[in-house]
Amino acid sequence: MSTQTNTEAKYKAGDRVRVLVGNPPGHYRTPEYIQGKTGTVQRVFGAFRNPELLAQGKDGLPKKVLYSVGFPQREVWAEYDGSPADTLLLDIYEHWLEPA
Amino acid sequence: MSDPEELHDHDEAEHEGIHKGGLPYYGKRVMALEALLEEKGILTKDEIQQLIDQTDSVSPKNGAKVVARAWVDPEYKARLLSEPKKTLEESGYGELPEDPVIVVVENNDDVRHLVVCTLCSCYPRALLGRPPDWYKSLAYRSRAVDDPRGVMKEFGQHVPDSVEVRVLDSTADIRYLVVPQRPEGTEGWSEDELVKLVTRDSMIGASEPLKPEQVPAG
Repeated sequence: MSTQTNTEAKYKAGDRVRVLVGNPPGHYRTPEYIQGKTGTVQRVFGAFRNPELLAQGKDGLPKKVLYSVGFPQREVWAEYDGSPADTLLLDIYEHWLEPA
Repeated sequence: MSDPEELHDHDEAEHEGIHKGGLPYYGKRVMALEALLEEKGILTKDEIQQLIDQTDSVSPKNGAKVVARAWVDPEYKARLLSEPKKTLEESGYGELPEDPVIVVVENNDDVRHLVVCTLCSCYPRALLGRPPDWYKSLAYRSRAVDDPRGVMKEFGQHVPDSVEVRVLDSTADIRYLVVPQRPEGTEGWSEDELVKLVTRDSMIGASEPLKPEQVPAG
């Protein structure tokens, strides 16, 4: 794995989490459309360098745990008219999540 | 018809561009950065050329071979899904980078995947080469997340309501490859024959693989 770190995952598959809202608004690695939404952790990928620090030319440390978080499409888009079973999965770093 | 004068003007403009150094703004900027990186000893021209050659040497055929093998060999498919990096390295990919991580997902009777990167153009380049232009377009990036069924339909893929559409927005260090469902009527086909059915777009999840009757002759 690309981890080589002791960073322990705070969440596990099945946990309910809320995505934080970026402040100030800007270009983050967590898209705006999912900020503030509540989803379920699908998978823990391990720890990676923090892209928001890498983008500033820093070393991206400490690493952040990355998760796959799933959301029902109908809870993301008010007007979604596909099947109620449809889902949207995003890769989100731990510092963007809080327990829900 | 074009006015000859206009044609002439156009020619003049192009000549002027060439005489002025030709490159547009970002081209000049990249050249300047490249020169600085070389001057500071961070990268050499050879290394840059090697990376370009390496990227250009990968095509969707690479991914198609992996999918075809997964279709004929259930044991290989199981390993590909659970340990993609190790399995790909063993099947002739050489050493893959630690980051980004390749994740392989499988379509079946219950779920079909669609891959997008709403933030930029993250794409499994190690397996499929450069992304197509439409993958990077604002239209695809916005519609793939809020109207995936509409997008898939435009690519010729009709997904029944009983099947879950699962959109993967690759926003971070993960690159997704979709193993589409093996088309009907291909029982007994060899891996080499099956490869021809696996299109680039089917490994992004936008379309289905070709049907046997759609395979181009020769």
